[in-house]
Amino acid sequence: MADIEQRTARADALGELLPPMTRNEAAVEAARCLMCYDAPCTHACPTHIDIPKFIKKIATENLRGSARTILESNLLGATCARVCPVQELCEGACVLGTEHKPIAIGRLQRHAMDFVYAKGTDLFQPGEATGKKVAIIGAGPAGLSCAGELAKRGHSVTLFEKRDLAGGLSTYGIIGLREPAEVARAEVAMVERLGVKLETGKELGTDFTLADLQANFGAVFLGVGLGATPGLGIPGEEYIIDGLEYIEQSKLDAPNLVIGRNVVVIGAGNTAIDCATIAKRLGASQVTMVYRRTEKEMTAYAHEYDFIKREGVSFCFLTQPVRVHAENGMVNSLECLRMSLGPADASGRPSPQPVAGSEFFLPADQVVKAIGQQKPSLASRLKLKTEKGFIQVNSNFETSLPGIYAGGDCIRARGAASTVRAVQDGKLAGHSIHERLVEHG
Amino acid sequence: MWKTIGAPVLNVSNRYGAWHYGGQKMVAINNVELISDRPLEVNLREIAEVKRAWPDRAVVVSAMVESKPETWHDIIRRIQDTGADGIELNYGCPHGMSERGMGSAVGQVPEYCEQITRWVMEVAKIPVIVKLTPNISDIAMPARAAVAAGANAVSLINTLNSIIGVDLDTLEITPNIGGKGGHGGYAGPAVKPIALNMLAALGKDSVVGGSKLPISGMGGISTWRDAAEFLLLGASTLQVCTAVMHYGFRIVEDLCDGLSNWMDEKGFTRVSDVVGRSLHRVSDFNHLDLSFRAVARIDQQKCIRCNLCYVACNDTAHQCIDLIAKDGRVVQPQSYDIQTNGKEEAVNSRPSVYVREEDCVGCRLCYNVCPVEDCIRMIEEPSGRPPVTWGQLSESQREVTEDWEKMQEYRQKMGIHIH
Repeated sequence: MADIEQRTARADALGELLPPMTRNEAAVEAARCLMCYDAPCTHACPTHIDIPKFIKKIATENLRGSARTILESNLLGATCARVCPVQELCEGACVLGTEHKPIAIGRLQRHAMDFVYAKGTDLFQPGEATGKKVAIIGAGPAGLSCAGELAKRGHSVTLFEKRDLAGGLSTYGIIGLREPAEVARAEVAMVERLGVKLETGKELGTDFTLADLQANFGAVFLGVGLGATPGLGIPGEEYIIDGLEYIEQSKLDAPNLVIGRNVVVIGAGNTAIDCATIAKRLGASQVTMVYRRTEKEMTAYAHEYDFIKREGVSFCFLTQPVRVHAENGMVNSLECLRMSLGPADASGRPSPQPVAGSEFFLPADQVVKAIGQQKPSLASRLKLKTEKGFIQVNSNFETSLPGIYAGGDCIRARGAASTVRAVQDGKLAGHSIHERLVEHG
Repeated sequence: MWKTIGAPVLNVSNRYGAWHYGGQKMVAINNVELISDRPLEVNLREIAEVKRAWPDRAVVVSAMVESKPETWHDIIRRIQDTGADGIELNYGCPHGMSERGMGSAVGQVPEYCEQITRWVMEVAKIPVIVKLTPNISDIAMPARAAVAAGANAVSLINTLNSIIGVDLDTLEITPNIGGKGGHGGYAGPAVKPIALNMLAALGKDSVVGGSKLPISGMGGISTWRDAAEFLLLGASTLQVCTAVMHYGFRIVEDLCDGLSNWMDEKGFTRVSDVVGRSLHRVSDFNHLDLSFRAVARIDQQKCIRCNLCYVACNDTAHQCIDLIAKDGRVVQPQSYDIQTNGKEEAVNSRPSVYVREEDCVGCRLCYNVCPVEDCIRMIEEPSGRPPVTWGQLSESQREVTEDWEKMQEYRQKMGIHIH
């Protein structure tokens, strides 16, 4: 009984933050849209969804047409409606944003997406079979998007995923508060219904080689994402929990996730904020985020920072962890150093410098790190050319190896990684692959 | 104004339909409700009670009975016996009563209007207002009949005939009345422009306007602004119904307060200063100055770059608005690099909209679609041509108005270029 209660309480605590819009809310909000021509929201969207068009269709209660408009540009519209940093993209560019409230584009998109997913409506059918085969490595947003675009064009697509579930970060790495696992699951199922063969538990380099793929497929797309969270290289590191695993368990196995009473999260990006959210919402009495620079340099979106402050999480800026202290296998504190900001480093941000003799102890019984992910290791193993450690591609998303394409976080040498950019990469790479397959007969 | 009393009736359910547009509820209402369905005796008793309770207020009773002299004589006498201050003859309802030879069936035939009004005036001792139906091609005709019969005032407009819609789920008429539906009376904000036009037509009519008969205006009045417009076009009293049905009697407060503040600001001391004040400006195309020229100008500081003016001008008007990039080049829509995204890029690379004033015909479409107040203005520009109306032109140079070649020569001579 207690177990069921706990299960329910945890599911509720990390349930989707924003409620769905009612039909009337959506109608009123959609009517507010000015229907800008050649709209800035559409330009700001990395997948360039025709936003006024899909919103007008909501206003006229043509939800099926609205959903189709969204999915034609962005096959993972249900995920993006939830996880996109809309303040930085479409809503940030809304012409009503300066003097009024921008249109709630993300929530309207979700309204249209929920409508077709709830009804089980498939808006696209597999294209007429071309007999061409494409292998896609990694079933995250980039891979799913690419797979779907190619399947719509009649190509035979096999999607290899090393993990047990497809969906990539949408399934494993984004907290349920923003995107419940079922949303990603439904999108994977939709891509499968387009005829994509999904093979989970199959990893490139372990279960098959690139040569195998080149022999059996007309083209290959790599949407492998990034690597593991790097180590901090400090004593007691073995006690530190990886933030991505923390999020994963909160989504897929929340009842068994151990939450400290006094949790310290190292890092100040969006993933770190997700970890702090989980800790706070699942019962930690004190959650502190530790970052070696200041709030000005932190990589989290401004709206995420606002959100986590309202959750009651505290911050230690200009703070560098140097050692985890534990007794009898139980963490009791994180030793830190004060920092000061020095001249700009390679990232263009001021470099943090330790302040001598400033050691202090942060009480903690759980330490979680979310300090970014390592560059994709696959690049060097496959001997692909890289750019700043990321896989290098040309404007057609083709790597230095002909016929091998890549997209998503693994090529994100410039700009911030995001789901929506991965979807766009997958879509455009899919178009390039299609052209290649058609041209090469 | 007391809801119309008179002939016995039975009402139906689902008697009101409404048109909602763009998130605004009840832009218009349509109804198949009849005159009062409470017994005549009850109505007359209550009118007397109300008049006793508020002796300082006027009660005007609307009446509609069968078209027989004795029936009309009887109802007029009985209304007068209540102590009511006036009577309005309802010649307007376009549904239910009209099929029985009452309401608009009377209002649409000036001879009937005149005949019945004469019967009423034979016994009337209190002022009589004739309420006109707008479901007629020339509103002046029944109004002239009312004048001829000696009515003390006219009022307009009653509701317009309408079907509010069809239910796309059931394919039934909206509102559905036991599987059927039909034409009903249309009212509310959407009918205001029609009412204003008919009101002005009465004021401009030599017989009706010349008679100086008071006109009571109604049809879509919701705010003091609407009220002021009706006054300016010649109504000296106003009636409001749909807006009260929507929001309750509390709206009356701002109708009075707003109107009073506006009058103070304009220096009007009495309502009579306002009544008819804009009537002399109502004209027709024949008398408009063809040399009057205005061009649209966009205030770049106020512009939010929604490009609604651009698409309106480009798709359905004279194609004289350009998109200008930061470097001064004229660019086409959607000309950005699809690899770019994000709010800064989208906002900063967005072109500005400029009117090519030499090509602007001053149609004013962009002005109307612009969502920002005072962003697009119509600037009056001297055309360099002497004022001339179509009426003058057809008299002085008839051939120009009848022959395209001559028209082209005239344009050439006058320097009128339409690209």
